Amino acid sequence: MSGTMNITLKVWRQSGPSAPGAFETYKAPGISPDMSFLEMLDIVNERLIEGGKDPIAFDHDCREGICGMCGLVINGAAHGPSKLTTTCQLHMRSFKDGDSITIEPWRAKAFPVIKDLVVDRAPLDRIIQAGGFISVATGGPQDANALPVGKPEAEQSMDAAACIGCGACVAACPNASVSLFTAAKISHLGLLPQGQPERYRRALKMVAQMDLEGFGGCTLFGECMAACPKGISIDFIKRMNGDYIWGSVTEAPVKVTLGGG
Amino acid sequence: MLKFWNSSVGKKVVMALTGLVLVGFVIGHMAGNLQIFAGPERYNAYARLLQHDIIELTWAVRVALFVSVVLHALSAWQLTRRSWAARPVEYAMQEAQVSTYASRTMRWGGVFLFVFLILHIGQFTLGWKWLLPEYVPDGAYGNVVLAFGRPLWVVVYLVAMFFLMLHLLHGTWAVLRTLGVAKNAAEPLQRQLPLIIAVVVTVGFSLVPLGVALGVVR
Repeated sequence: MSGTMNITLKVWRQSGPSAPGAFETYKAPGISPDMSFLEMLDIVNERLIEGGKDPIAFDHDCREGICGMCGLVINGAAHGPSKLTTTCQLHMRSFKDGDSITIEPWRAKAFPVIKDLVVDRAPLDRIIQAGGFISVATGGPQDANALPVGKPEAEQSMDAAACIGCGACVAACPNASVSLFTAAKISHLGLLPQGQPERYRRALKMVAQMDLEGFGGCTLFGECMAACPKGISIDFIKRMNGDYIWGSVTEAPVKVTLGGG
Repeated sequence: MLKFWNSSVGKKVVMALTGLVLVGFVIGHMAGNLQIFAGPERYNAYARLLQHDIIELTWAVRVALFVSVVLHALSAWQLTRRSWAARPVEYAMQEAQVSTYASRTMRWGGVFLFVFLILHIGQFTLGWKWLLPEYVPDGAYGNVVLAFGRPLWVVVYLVAMFFLMLHLLHGTWAVLRTLGVAKNAAEPLQRQLPLIIAVVVTVGFSLVPLGVALGVVR
């Protein structure tokens, strides 16, 4: 067949959370450059199933780059070589015929492997539960223009809110720090009037939760920002630090627990 | 207070504040050292000022610096242990995308600088004989000329200053972000001012051993 690629995959296989894992090598001939990375894995899996073997488990859902489910470390880069791209939006044309591709799961103590390339990202949910919300007193709706929001603040808030919670920041960080995710979730609320009342307590709680979950600390390598499919800036980490410092001065101490999700 | 110290952000804030103290010190130390090019009288008078005339102030600064170094190193050590524990299984392949060589050498470079610091104080302040057998108390100028008359010490100091440059390059950039006071930037990873600080401090310090090695200072 002309116009197709022959790829060699080196994939992390692990049958369960406590099973020892190892890399397996698979030949993937006849891959179209127009396939997405996950479609390529689908083909490989179909062939494995036809051969009576266990297919490679990987997370995916929307396959249009907005749900945050997919995420693989491809040749040493979270979500692969393309910038501002989730794994599902990465295409095989980013690779060359004959390439060898190493595929690994997100590696972090807080993200234990469930199977093969699927990891448990529940710690991200618990960080949200610790404070990533606004407590809304219900009642009659007020006029939309009753709460003025500046254009730059709205834009910045939306930049932070673009986070899809995929965990690539953790995967790419040499410290396995979740600071970029936490900072984005703190900031998209803290930049808006609705997020003000709980702003500093939110920072205290979410930082306490991320520490408790066993993520590493931020040393501002900048790798998270480069890996982030939504291009979230490390400026939000700076904002989180500022909120945390001010909260430590002004707020009562907070308590968080592990496994609350 | 304890909660703050126990949090990863709190420890980084401690590192940032103590780091600022140390950056201030190295700039002042570097500027003071350059007086060696004004001759032995001027340099020894400067040493006499620090070690006799304003010794109380010198001790206050020494205590502040000692506390800063201890807290800086302790926080770094504890945060490093947490980070190592946070990724028990390493990647088979990990490609650095945007992180700088400076940022990746903060830990081991810091350890090296710590060892260098002890040697440096032992050599020129405490007068340890195994480092400088001909050490003369209150003979600052002569001690410097004797030490850097040996190529080994010139090399050790220049290597140490290279690591200081890397440490300052990342540290002076990161400090304002850790403290949450930097401005938002379109390219937050760019660092002009930290580069200037790092190069000026490193070149300023390196001029002294180079000056002796090249015979400008004798």
